[in-house]
Parts: sequence; C-alpha cells; structure tokens
Amino acid sequence: MAAITEWLDERLGWNAIREFAAHKSVPVHSATMWYYFGGITLFLFTIQVLTGVLLLLYYRPSPTEAYESVQFIVTRVEFGWLVRSIHSWSANLMILSAFIHMFSVVFLHSYRRPRELTWLSGIALLGLALGFGFSGYLLPWNKLSYFATKVGTDMAGSVPLIGHQIARFLRGGDDVGGGTLTRFFGFHVAVLPGITTLLLVLHLVLVQKAGMSSPPWIKGENLPQIRFFPNFFLRELMAWYAALGVLGSLAALFPWELGEKADPFAPAPAGIRPEWYFLAPFYTLKLIPSHVWRIEGELLGLFGFGLLAVWWVLLPFWSADRRGTLRQRLVTGAGVALLAYLATFSVLGYLR
Amino acid sequence: MAQRRTIVRWLLGGGFSASIVSFLYPAIKFMNPPAIPEAAVNEVSAGKVQDLKVNAGKIVKFGSRPALLIRTGESEFRAFSAICTHLNCTVQYQDARREIWCACHNGLYDLNGKVVSGPPPAPLEEYAVRVRGDEVVLSKRA
Ligand code: FES
Repeated sequence: MAAITEWLDERLGWNAIREFAAHKSVPVHSATMWYYFGGITLFLFTIQVLTGVLLLLYYRPSPTEAYESVQFIVTRVEFGWLVRSIHSWSANLMILSAFIHMFSVVFLHSYRRPRELTWLSGIALLGLALGFGFSGYLLPWNKLSYFATKVGTDMAGSVPLIGHQIARFLRGGDDVGGGTLTRFFGFHVAVLPGITTLLLVLHLVLVQKAGMSSPPWIKGENLPQIRFFPNFFLRELMAWYAALGVLGSLAALFPWELGEKADPFAPAPAGIRPEWYFLAPFYTLKLIPSHVWRIEGELLGLFGFGLLAVWWVLLPFWSADRRGTLRQRLVTGAGVALLAYLATFSVLGYLR
Repeated sequence: MAQRRTIVRWLLGGGFSASIVSFLYPAIKFMNPPAIPEAAVNEVSAGKVQDLKVNAGKIVKFGSRPALLIRTGESEFRAFSAICTHLNCTVQYQDARREIWCACHNGLYDLNGKVVSGPPPAPLEEYAVRVRGDEVVLSKRA
C-alpha cells in the first residue's frame, strides 16, 4: 500500500492532494444545510450523464424516427421507461436544486469578494443547465416540444440586427424541422456537455481555492468547523441518498409522459405551456400587449429579460459600495423580489 | 536587438492570429445553414368543398407552411396563413366564438385576420380562396 501511494505521489503529487483534503473544513452554523445543494446539483448532473449515455444507445435524432425511438425505449427496452423517466425527472430536480443553490448563495451573501468568479461561473452553469433543458425538451419530437421550440427560437429571432441570424443558426434553417432536431441533439449531447465539464471543473476549483464562505452575520474566528473528509462528505452522501430517494420515487410513480408526435401541420394544442422553469417569462410574454407605445411587445419583453439577467449576473459588483462595504439589505431585498416574481408568475403561468 | 525582437513578436503573433481566423472562418460559415431553394408556391388545392363542414376550419399545407382554411358559409371560405404573427405557433379556428385562436399565448384574431386581443403584433396574412368545381383552391394575394 505504502509503495503504491509513494508511486502515485511521485507522479501525481498525491500527498499534497491528501494533505489538502485532510485540512479542508466546513464551518458549522445555523445555515450549514444550504451548503449541500451545490453537491446535490452535481450529483444529479452525474445522473444525467449516466442516463443520457444509456438513452443514446437507442435514440435516433431525425423527425421520422425520434418519436418512435423514444417510444421504443419506453415500451420495448427493459427498464427503458425508468431510464427515460429518471433522465427527465433528474433534469428538473437538477435545475430546481441549482436554483436553490443560487438563492442560498445570494441570501447567505457568499458571492462577496473574492468569490466573484465563482458566482459568474455558477451563473454560466445555470445558463447551460437551462440550455440543456431547452435542447433536450425537443428531442422526443412531440407536439409540446415542437411548439415550445418554435416560440423559443422565434424569441431569439426578435433580437435586433442579429436576431434572424441567431434564429437560423438555432433552427438549422428557416423553420423548426429536421435540421433543428439534429442541431439540438448535437448541442445537447456534445457541445453543452463539453463546455459544462470545463466550467464545472473551474467552479469546483474556485470553491476549493476560496474555501467555504460563512454568512456575514456569523462572525468570529472560532466558528466551529467540521472536517470535510470524512465528516461533511458523509453527510453530503446522505443528502445524495435523499435526493436519489426523491428522484427514484418520482420517476417510478410518475413516469414522464411522451405526448403526441409533433406534426408541423397541426395547430398548437390548447393548454400548451413550457417546462416550469420557463413559466415566468412565458406568462410575462402573455401579459405584455402587442405594442407598448411604439415598441413591439415581444421585443420589449426580451429587452426586459436581458436587462434583468445582466443585472443579476453582475450582482457581486453592485452589492458593495466603493469602500467595499456590503449592501446586505439591498441584495437580500433584490433576491426576495426576484424570487417573488419568479414564484408568482410561474404559478400564474401554470394556472392560466 | 530589441527591434528585431519586436518584429519577430509581431510576425509570430500575426501568424498565430491569422491561423486562428483561417480555422474559424470556415467553421462559422459551416454553422450557417444553406438556404434551401423553396419552390415558390402560389396556389394549392385544399381539398373538396364537401370535406369541410360549415363553420369549421382545417389546416392545409401551403408549400411547406401551414394555412388555415375556414368555411364561413355554404359557399363562403376564408383562408389565412396559420402562422401566428406573435411567436410562430400554429393557430386554430374556434367555431363557438367564430374566431381564430392561438393557444400559445392566447392571441385572438377575427375572421378578417385582424388581431382582437392578446400579444400578436400584426394581422394574419390572408389568402384568396376560389371554388373550382367542387375543389377549393387557395392562392397568394397579389
Ligand atoms: S405565438 Fe401566437 S400568441 Fe404567441
């Protein structure tokens, strides 16, 4: 054993890594539970990779075969229904837990200097997760996903000047069709996973570098700490098991539906709505009238969402004044306001 | 000496940038989907008169795009592009309200294609309808 570790140390610097892991610690306080959600998101991402690879064995990305191949997976392949259901449920839970992680970072003010890059990489990862959601939604080629993609890419098309180019790039042509499906498939299984892996590594390295942040109201050098290995890690493992339990029950008890096959010559079905994490912007779009003063409503909506996103991404930079004093109340207020907007509009979007 | 170094640096930097650009340019062009020439469709047959009941609508193919044909009376038809002017969904005819409805964001149009309510910013494009024998024919308006 000693010989092996020595061999590894010579080649990998193994002892330094062990040394680091042995000293890594996590502060214990009333808000420690929120530390688990980043790890849960990571765990669910791993599940996505594994189930995604399994689905790849049977899935075929073409308009004539996509729906049928998913149907084949859920009806003929052993445990196919389970694997697909887990992939869909885990995607949703992953986005949920990423949102929880993000809001906990906001309310515990962990984005502060020197963690701005951690925040930025995290936001980028959230954006990628939404991209995974949007592109993966189309892959079964059913009615709902077909129209969701039409609406989504058309929104991108209303960006001034370059909108048309973006929409064509996304659709692989002028309309949503076979070209869109192959493209979205490529994004979903190659482009996005590649970028995500790089960013994920960066995000994790940054987290290691800065160590765990404790909220500003919990002061003192002598904050009780627990060791990361094995104490915190084992607790995190319990959290993963809990997440797995929730995921497994949801996937088994409520198998994800496949819906009806997409038909470009059928009207959009009544009650159409996007996945829950796009409901808030969806409902906002429904409310904005066709023209506000002289500006087209959809353009105004897009502009509004854009501003909101930029403002949110830049949070670590406006959250402190020139002297570096944290504008704690302002950030908390902003977080509550955003959360309230997302929650109410999502519920309204779901109900109407 | 220093000058020579600057020149070498510029040459190296320039060569490197040029090679990056020469990789990127074809790649970006490749991503841009080629325009597929579409046979310009100006007229389509939308089936037999008796296939569509009075006060009913159906989606027909107008080239590669959907069109909505509505039979408003015994021998009266109306047709529109079925593509919602808001965000591209396909609209449908609602016989109870005698209106055209888009399910995506609740856009409503009247039987002239005009927006009644909801977010669509412009009316639906209207097509001309003729009845030739017992066949309904849609065509683009000049
Ligand atoms: S796409 Fe028709 S109302 Fe939005």
